[in-house]
Amino acid sequence: MSVGIVSYGAYIPRYRIKLEEIAKVWGDDPASITGGLMVLEKSVPDIDEDTATIAVEAARYAVSRAGIDASRIGAIYTGSESHPYAVKPTSTIVAEAIDATPALTAADFEFACKAGTAGIQTCMGLVASNIIDLGMAIGSDVAQGAPGDALEYTAAAGGVAYVIGSRDLAAEIEATYSYTTDTPDFWRREGMPYPEHGGRFTGEPGYFKHVVSAARGLMDKLGTKPQDYNYAVFHQPNGKFPRRAAQMLGFSTEQIKPGIVVTLLGNTYSGSCMMGLAATLDIAKPGDRIFVTAFGSGAGSDAFSIRVTDGMEKIRGGAPSVESLLQNPVYVNYAIYAKHKGKIRL
Amino acid sequence: MRDVAIIGVGCTKFGELWDSSFRDIFVKAGVSALEDAHMHGEKVDAMYIGNMSGGRFIEQEHIGALIADYSGLATLHIPATRVEAACASGGLALRQGVLAVASGYHDIVVVGGAEKMTDVGVDTATDALAAAADREWEGIMGATFPGLYGMIARLHMHKYGTTREHLAAAAVKNHRNGSMNERAQFQNEITIDDVLGSQMVADPLRVLDCSPITDGAAAVILAPAEIATRYTDTPVYVKASAQASGTISLHDRKDITTLDASVWAGRRAFKMAGLAPKDIDLVEVHDCFTIAEICAIEDLDFVPKGEGGKATLEGMTAIGGSIPVNTSGGLKACGHPVGATGVKQAVEITEQLRGTAGKRQVNGAEVGMTHNVGGSGATAVVHIFSRNR
Amino acid sequence: MAVPRFWRRLKNLYNLLGTHCKNCGSYYYPPRNICPACRRGGKVEPYKFKGAGEVLTYTIIHGGPKDNARPTPYVLAIIKLDEGPRLTSQIVANPEDVKIGMRVKSVFRKLGEESKHGIIYYGTKFIPA
Repeated sequence: MSVGIVSYGAYIPRYRIKLEEIAKVWGDDPASITGGLMVLEKSVPDIDEDTATIAVEAARYAVSRAGIDASRIGAIYTGSESHPYAVKPTSTIVAEAIDATPALTAADFEFACKAGTAGIQTCMGLVASNIIDLGMAIGSDVAQGAPGDALEYTAAAGGVAYVIGSRDLAAEIEATYSYTTDTPDFWRREGMPYPEHGGRFTGEPGYFKHVVSAARGLMDKLGTKPQDYNYAVFHQPNGKFPRRAAQMLGFSTEQIKPGIVVTLLGNTYSGSCMMGLAATLDIAKPGDRIFVTAFGSGAGSDAFSIRVTDGMEKIRGGAPSVESLLQNPVYVNYAIYAKHKGKIRL
Repeated sequence: MRDVAIIGVGCTKFGELWDSSFRDIFVKAGVSALEDAHMHGEKVDAMYIGNMSGGRFIEQEHIGALIADYSGLATLHIPATRVEAACASGGLALRQGVLAVASGYHDIVVVGGAEKMTDVGVDTATDALAAAADREWEGIMGATFPGLYGMIARLHMHKYGTTREHLAAAAVKNHRNGSMNERAQFQNEITIDDVLGSQMVADPLRVLDCSPITDGAAAVILAPAEIATRYTDTPVYVKASAQASGTISLHDRKDITTLDASVWAGRRAFKMAGLAPKDIDLVEVHDCFTIAEICAIEDLDFVPKGEGGKATLEGMTAIGGSIPVNTSGGLKACGHPVGATGVKQAVEITEQLRGTAGKRQVNGAEVGMTHNVGGSGATAVVHIFSRNR
Repeated sequence: MAVPRFWRRLKNLYNLLGTHCKNCGSYYYPPRNICPACRRGGKVEPYKFKGAGEVLTYTIIHGGPKDNARPTPYVLAIIKLDEGPRLTSQIVANPEDVKIGMRVKSVFRKLGEESKHGIIYYGTKFIPA
């Protein structure tokens, strides 16, 4: 049985802050920040938006894009590092808000930035084993970064929802492969507002080791090579890491170009790699193959080999593209950003 | 049905009465009303008390019994009933008292209205008042009372060309009237520029468009008309007591700028009294916000719909105008202790019809009206009073 | 608002779930169990509104309730849904961009919270269409 993407929907809040504005506040050199990270601006949630509202908007677009009867959805998994409740699922809020209740299973996932793709894999399993008809996997975050910390330059807000099924596919997921170890490169302790990280330790032993291993593992399993794919998408905590990972694996700049959304969006954590895939699906043609590798600190990588089907053309115009969601931003200064993010304690 | 008369009135100072408790103010108002009627408590057959939210403002329910007890009347075991219809609680208590006397169930009835609003913070007070709107469909969406009336004001301006100056004129006039009322919370005069320069609350309404948070109590003594002159030389007769309901939520009104309940209560009152708007010498209307006074004089048919603002600015509703409105200073300047307001309106009209209103006296006043509204217009109570039976 | 009370209304608030009277054709949001036009003769059934409408009137709240998700100033409006009924909600937009008669569409937002420790109220607000 083939399993794959039946529909997808993305949502990005309309507010942005330029990295130079943040740099100005902390006395950093704006040019070296934007140049070093290869990110120019990042999204900021509205004051009444959170991971749940973003997940709902993305999920509603995913449902409306392909005109899906939401009661067919048998599972909803929302991956996030910023679930509004520590205990009480985001996924039930989404399920109710898209009218998928009550005949379904739901749970929230957390695996740093790859909780959403873990949700995709779980849905694939449930669909392939005929336990459910359709499953929905969401990556959504109002990403946290402590004021003045390097993370603050990229921690952004956004979400993506994928509907996974076995019929009427827009893209087939040919295979998935994961690479997981216990690597404490980034974490947030219970009750703490902001994550901590290992600085440069997040690079080689964290991101690169896992991304490259998962990607190579999947290509070995399938007997494919980078040249077999039209596009490649990597988790993008900044603009540099996905480019370097692509280079290490032998993917070209052209292959990763449509999926690099971090430049004007920032790192939407659980939404990051999934947003890159959505942007790539927005422009991919039937028959195109897309190689996707997500990364979550802690640490692990999920790689996917995807083949776009004829079904994609039918759903392409059914919901806003990532490009259109990035258009017409409203820029805010650091004070407004701090207010929106709840960094000002009232 | 028997004719009913007001034979005594009493009212506390309105304002932030830091030294006085809820019990202190209702006892004061009730005692002064009984004194005014030259009467002892033993004569009282029943009490009706208007009180909106004892539960939220002083964490006290069972207000009827409390008032009977602390008025020294619990030993007489008279019935005491608390009446609630949000900001129309006082007017509604008056109506219950009128019905009780008219029906023959009771002869001497004390109608009181009392609210102690300053024992809680502004947030709690605002939230208690918000309970007069629809909590589930307005309150949770972020609606506040100034917000609801702000939406009425904006649409009124949009539909009828009502201006900010028109609205401000109501506050200016009511402060001028309040300056002549020693009971009023605000006795200072203000200008249109003061109103337009005051802090924004719910655009287009500003602080000086809004009635304040107030402590106060008022009471009137009712008796059958045939025995009224035993107690007073100047009874004031109740010619009509009318009440009407509208939708609890503003959004469900047929026309957002019309308080249907006011329209219907007004029509019923005029019909009952056999009078028309031109026969009314003065009226106390429910000006919880300036726009509310504009709507009230339209809905009660003193001016055509849409012309209330212009009429106010032109002085039609000032003392000396063709229909003086809110000679007490209204809710705006006299203050708005929610449960007391409807009773205070009757006190003001009684004093005016007796000719004892001092500097704010409307010359030759024979017939007066009160108009008391609950919430954004879900309840309206209108009474018409006359010097003549 | 207490937890059970919010929970009971949650489907309505999330999805603009109201009612429709099959007898007279009237639509109701907020939902009504009794059709005010037909009363006991009405046949009331659930109806999910499409979420499109226009601004009938609005205000900009400068002093709001403490538990509201948006600090002041925020735009409160009465919106007339295309199916007919009107409701009170917030418009998520710059106050100066809001006009009487403007078209709006529904979005999913935080309405408020019980407290910092309490539950979060989600529901429907509107943005310019």
